[in-house]
Order: sequence, then structure tokens, then C-alpha cells
Amino acid sequence: MTYIKKLLPKLFLVLPLLLPVAAKSAEQSDYNMPVGVTEVSSSIFGLHMLILWVCVVIGVIVFSIMFWSLWKYRKSKGAVAADFDDNFWLEIGWTVAATLVLVWMAVPSTQVMVKAYDDSEGEVNIMITGHQWKWHYEYMEDQVSFFSNLSTSQEQIDNKIPKGEFYLQEVDEPLVIPVNTKVRFLITANDVIHSWWVPDFAVKQDAIPGFINTAWTNVPEAGIYRGACTELCGIKHAYMPVVVRVVEQEEFDAFIAQKVSLAEEEKMLTSKVWSKEELMERGESFYATNCSACHQANGKGIPPVFPALEGNQVVLSDSTKQIEILMEGIQGSAMQAFGKSYSEVDIAAVITYTRQAWSNGENGDGVIITPKDIVDYKNKIDL
Amino acid sequence: MSTVVETHDHEGHHGPAKGLTRWLFTTNHKDIGTLYLWLSFTMLFVGGAMAMVIRAELFQPGLQIVQPEFFNQMTTNHGLIMVFGVIMPAFVGFANWMIPMQIGAPDMALPRLNNLSFWLLPMAFGILVSTLFMPEGGPNFGWTFYAPLSTTYAPSTVNFFIFSVHIMGISSILGSINIITTIFNMRAPGMTLMKMPLFVWGWLITAYLLIAVMPVLAGVVTMMLMDINFGTSFFNAAGGGDPVLFQHVFWFFGHPEVYIMILPAFGIVSHIIETFSRKPIFGYSSMVYAMASIAILSFVVWAHHMFTVGMPLAGELFFMYATMLIAIPTGVKVFNWVATMFRGSISFETPMLFAIAFVALFTIGGFSGLMLAIVPADFQYHDTYFVVAHFHYVLVPGSLFALIAGAYYWLPKWTGNMYDETLGKLHFWLTFISVNITFFPMHFVGLAGMPRRYPDYALQFADFNMLISMGAFLFGVTQLLFLFIVIKTIRGGKKATSEVWEGTRDLGLEWTLDSPPPHHTFTVQPQVK
Repeated sequence: MTYIKKLLPKLFLVLPLLLPVAAKSAEQSDYNMPVGVTEVSSSIFGLHMLILWVCVVIGVIVFSIMFWSLWKYRKSKGAVAADFDDNFWLEIGWTVAATLVLVWMAVPSTQVMVKAYDDSEGEVNIMITGHQWKWHYEYMEDQVSFFSNLSTSQEQIDNKIPKGEFYLQEVDEPLVIPVNTKVRFLITANDVIHSWWVPDFAVKQDAIPGFINTAWTNVPEAGIYRGACTELCGIKHAYMPVVVRVVEQEEFDAFIAQKVSLAEEEKMLTSKVWSKEELMERGESFYATNCSACHQANGKGIPPVFPALEGNQVVLSDSTKQIEILMEGIQGSAMQAFGKSYSEVDIAAVITYTRQAWSNGENGDGVIITPKDIVDYKNKIDL
Repeated sequence: MSTVVETHDHEGHHGPAKGLTRWLFTTNHKDIGTLYLWLSFTMLFVGGAMAMVIRAELFQPGLQIVQPEFFNQMTTNHGLIMVFGVIMPAFVGFANWMIPMQIGAPDMALPRLNNLSFWLLPMAFGILVSTLFMPEGGPNFGWTFYAPLSTTYAPSTVNFFIFSVHIMGISSILGSINIITTIFNMRAPGMTLMKMPLFVWGWLITAYLLIAVMPVLAGVVTMMLMDINFGTSFFNAAGGGDPVLFQHVFWFFGHPEVYIMILPAFGIVSHIIETFSRKPIFGYSSMVYAMASIAILSFVVWAHHMFTVGMPLAGELFFMYATMLIAIPTGVKVFNWVATMFRGSISFETPMLFAIAFVALFTIGGFSGLMLAIVPADFQYHDTYFVVAHFHYVLVPGSLFALIAGAYYWLPKWTGNMYDETLGKLHFWLTFISVNITFFPMHFVGLAGMPRRYPDYALQFADFNMLISMGAFLFGVTQLLFLFIVIKTIRGGKKATSEVWEGTRDLGLEWTLDSPPPHHTFTVQPQVK
């Protein structure tokens, strides 16, 4: 016991050495900032390690002196206090030393910042719009766009089935960009502030309604890169990941071509005659992806914030009002103007679905809304 | 009405009124200080319980205990309560107790205002906490309440939140006016400004910061109120407003606020280190100038919280340089504390243990702050757990440790009884170990990419989160021990001398008073040579 008592104070002397040990072991581990794949991300990593080591060295010096003083000048060992209370040159010395270290750190920081900061046009330009709670990607050159939603199932989140390898880091449609190409991102938001982050590119930029921020990257390695929304944006903040697939140029061209033809097919669908079953089927899947986050899969919502659709008077008997809400949104609430982002077919399908689903089919008027009704609404508004 | 008459009866008598009226109508700086401290202690457990909910949910990936909606209310209210309900009132409590005693004054300059400043606070927190029981739930937009999530997209209870912030702001401003007036007018003869105890200096600067920035906070919540209820568009882009304006105004308040929560702590820790090193504080005047420089710099660094909002290059660089500058006065303070210990005669009573831990761990929080100041690196750190680790290191082993250290240091003076040293040491070691288990791994999960304010996370963060949660539970339970120690000390214990600690008689006027001090502090003005 006395042995331990003797040893214990000495142990404190080596405590400061834990800092470099921790820093060194973190350097190569998964629990450090990722080096990433771009030039910018690796220079930021270098900067991060540089500052970390500067802090570690200062820390070791300061803590060593402190712990040594605590050990050496223990009253229990009969230490008698000196009575000096200042030393002009010492104080000037450490102030100047601290300033010099900071200037020395500011130089590489400024260089990396200047390199990372560039808002000139890219070879590919993509408009990224944050929505509660999904990302919308629009390829400016080709006028094609799509939403990217979390694809992890609710059962995994609720611990009903085992979680997959990419739990909460997987989406139905990742953003696709070409390798070795300067890609510029134009980042904005539709409702609240979001933030688009891909650690491996060292790109993190807030998506702010009413602003268009820029960021850029040039990825030298094909692959799948995963990121997240990093600005609190409401209930499903943790459930709107970013996934970027970086592909060779040919594959990228093929991807765009396929998106262009899909968009044309979509336009054709509007003039097609739809059966109730077809609308129901399409509406159900649209509802699951875009509506159930708030109004819930069972249509019961989370009142009073998100109203129930089951038994809702508008859904039961006022189809005109329902079209208006879906097209225009509700000012001052989380209900967005979906008509501005989705096709007539999708809007018609989801309205039809909600009017038939749950107990609404039995209790309501059961009106079926067709894409044509939505087109008519749009024409009426335009007049 | 009869109670009002009763307090009039007691005026002019020595000793406090009896019963509840003593506390309701008190104008005595010690009683009001006690009220502040108990409010803060209570809120520590309320905010702490919220932290426990957060850590329980984050114990494993997936949703187990609460839904994201409630989780967001917990993170928001945990932050608001810990900042406005624990750290700030606790320091005001210390100010009330110690400033008159340290400057040789009989009481605060404006005692009735003092009573009002305190009693506004339970009202404010009553309003804030009550929103959690309303159907729409409490504030869920983070303690920084960024618009438009806190305006257009907020639950309607946001109006209660705004009202509550207004009341807290009024309370802080009135309290600060009182502290400034007291310090400037009621110092004992001979106590020049550069002879004032460092805690008094810390608070004088803090009070100016509060007067400068609390109206800014009131302004920003008023703009929110207008946007929500009266159709203005300060922060609504659809109406021509600017969501980034919110952040500029908020952080113009928010950054000085950070120093409001640490400058008094610097003062407390300085007193404790010189007491238990038995050696005068090293570099007194540079300590004062360092605090003043930190306060001035705090007004020109606000946008370092906003490096990712899309500022021009020159703006990013300016705020980076300005922020790095703060490391100089802060470093000077740390060097001074170490130099005070150097060649001292050091003993390790509980207050000293907490003060040493403060210096070491606050410095670690300072290092991560310096790293966060580097703009390009901040793109990777911003809004991850690295930031959470940083501000918890400066606020928990920083501000909170200083408060706990100060409580152990002055509790014998306040109550006349010594606390139980063995229990105090046990409290320190459990707290020190658990605080590091809780907050150190947060650096790693942040660097590995876990964003803050997430109720659920990817699988690679699972191990560390479980460790963090276990540390947090231990930290939470340990503070019940602190409550026990405080109550035990109030109820009895070894009698404290007026000096309490060896050799304090020359350190400050508070040690010339009896323990506990008389109801009216200095009826005869002391002389300072």
C-alpha cells in the first residue's frame, strides 16, 4: 500500500506523455479525420495533423512542467513557497513565442484555404437542393434531376431486423459524378438549412434557402463515397445521408443518357390513360418514399405537428382543396409545394392513393384523380 | 399583503426574516446568492437528466428509447438549460456571495434590483420547461435555434421559448448593472482597480459583456417573434429575408456568451491555485489584461461558428486570424497558473484538485478550439462530435469544474462547516475519470465523421458511443454525491475558522470575516493597504 502511495504521484509525471501516444495511435486509425481522395482533402488532413502535433508538443511541455511542479513542490514533502509573483522577460517571452507559433500555423492554413476556395464554373455543374429530409440533384447541363432518399428500412431503425453494413449511409439513388473532372456544386435548400458533407472530398457546405452556395471537387478515384447532412434540419436530420458514386466518363455519359430518356418517358405518362390500380400502385410507393416520414405509413400522422390523413375531411371529400395543398404547399408549415418538384403523374397517383387507402376508401367520396386533373389545375393557375 | 408588512417589520433588525418570506423578499446578497446557487444546482439535475436521455438513446444505433422528435427537444433543452440555467446563474450566485465580501462592501449596490434579477429566473425556466409538457412539445431546433427551423418550421411553443429568453435576458442585464455599480462604488478604501481580486475582475468584464450582448439576443428573438406572428420576413427567404442574418446576429451574442461562461471561472481558479500553492498569483496584471483582451477579441470572432455558410475568402481568413489571436491571452493565463504552482508549497485539497483538473482539461478544450479555428480543417470538423467534444471540454471540466472547485473552496466560509474531505476527493476522482470517458472519445467519433444532433448513427460509431454513454451515466450519478456532500456540509461538520485555509488572511477580505459571515457583511468598512 505504501509502495502504491509512493508510486502514484510519480505516475502523474508520465501522464502528459499520453498525449503523443494518443495522437500517434489515432493518426492511422479509423478514428481520425479521413485522408480522403482529393487533393484538397489530403492537404486538409496534412494541416489537421500538423496542428494536432503542434498542440501535442505544447501540451507535453506545459503539462510536464505543471505535473513536475505539483510533484516536486508538494507541501507534504516540506516544500517552502517562494514569493516571486512576476517576471517581466519571461512573460514577454512566452507571449512572443505563442504569437510566433500561431503565425507559423496561419501560413499553411491560409495556403490550403486559398487552394480550396474556388467558385469558378466546373465541367459538370450540379444543383443540390436540401429538402426535409432528402437531397435533390439537378444536372445543370442536361436538365435532368432526381431525389435521393434514405434506403435503410424503418424495420432496421426500429431494431426489428438486423442492421445492414451501410445502415443510415445508403440511398435509393446516389449522386453520380465523373472521375477526374472538376465538378461544381451549387447548393441551396427548399425549406430549412441543411448542410451537404462528403468527408472524403472535404466538401461541407450549408444549404440555405434563398442562397446558392458553391463548392467543388475533382475526384481522382472511382468509387462510392458516403456523407451526411450536418445542419440540424428537423426530425429526420439523421436520415438524409449523402451517397456519391464516382464513375468513369463513359459510365457517366450512359447514366445521363438514361436519365434523359427516363424524363421523356415520364412526360409521355402524363397523357396516358391511367387505371385506378395503376395509380394506386404508383401512389403507394410515392407515399412510402415522400409522405410517410411525417404522415406515417398508417396515415395517422403525428398530431398536432403532422396531421393525420386517415379520416381527414380534405382527403375524404374535398379533392380540389387536396390538389391545391399538394401543388402549393401550406405556408408556414412543413408541407411543401410538391407540385413544383414532382410530375403530374406522381401527384395524381399519391392523391388517389390517400383517398383510397386505410379507411378513407370506405368513408370518403373515393374520387380518383388523374394526371389530366393536375394538368388542368396547372393551366388554370397559369391563367 | 400581511407578508409584505411583516418584512417591513424586520427591516432594521439583524438576522434574516423567518420562513418563506426570507427568500421571497430578501435583499441580502448572501441569501440571493444562495437562491441563485440552488436554482443552478436544481437545473443541473434537470439538464443532466436530459443528457442522460440523450446518452441512453445513443447507447446503441437504432431507435430504442425516444423518437427523434423528443430527442431533438432533449438536445435543445439540455443546451439551453445548461448554458442559461446552470452555468450563468451559478456564476451570478458566486458574484452575489463573493463580490461584496471580496471588495469589503456591506451588500450589493442595488439590493431590490438584485431580488428582481433572481426571481425573474425561476419564471423564465418555468415557462421554458413547461413547453415540454404541451401537446406540440418544447423547442426542438437546437440551442442555437437557427431560423427558419426555429421560425417558419417551429412548433407554436416557440413563442414561450422567446418569452422565456427575453426574461432571462432582462435578469442578466439587471444583474450586470448591479455588479458593475457595486464594483465601481462600493470598494473598500485603498482597493484600487489593480488591487481587486481576480474573481471581481473576471466578473466586472463579464458584466460588461452581458450588457453588450444580451440586448442582441433579445433583438434576435424579437425578430423571430415578428417573423412568426406578425408577417415580417427578417429570416424568411421567401419574403426577401436572410436566414444567414440570423446566424450573424445570434453569434454576435453567442461568442461573447462563451466568455461570459469562462471569465468568472478564471477568477475562481486563480484564487484557488494561489491559496493551495501558498504563493501569490503569478503575473496579476497580465491576468487582468488577458481577460480584457479576451473580452475585446470576443466581439470580432463570431463568424468562426459559421465557416460553412458561404462567406467570401477574405471573411473566412479574417475570422480565422482573429480567432487564433485568442489563443495568446488564453495561453498566457495557463502559463501564469503553471508559474504560480512552480516553486510553491502545494497541497491537494478538493478545490485544488478540481482547479488543477480545470487547468489541464480546459487547455485541452483550448487546443481543440485552436484546431477548429483553422478554416479549411473546420470544414471537416464543423457540426461533428469534434465540436461537441470541444465545447464540453471548455464548459464541463472548464466552467463547471471551476464552479465545483469554488463551491468546495468557499463552502466552509458560507456555512461555517468544513466539508468531508474524503468524500470530496472521492467526488473529484469519480468526476475526473468519468468526464474524460464521456468527452474524450467524442473527439474520435467526430473526426471519424459522426455529425452532432443525431438520434441514430452508422454502425462504425457504435463502440465509442457505448463507452461515451457509460462515462456519462457515471458522471451523472457522481453528481448526486456532490449534492449529498453539500447538504451534509450545510447541516454540520467540523467548524471552519475564519481563515478556513492556511495563510488566506492576506489573500482577500472574505477571509477576515467570520465563518459563516454575519448577516450584513461589512458594517464597518475595512481598509486595504
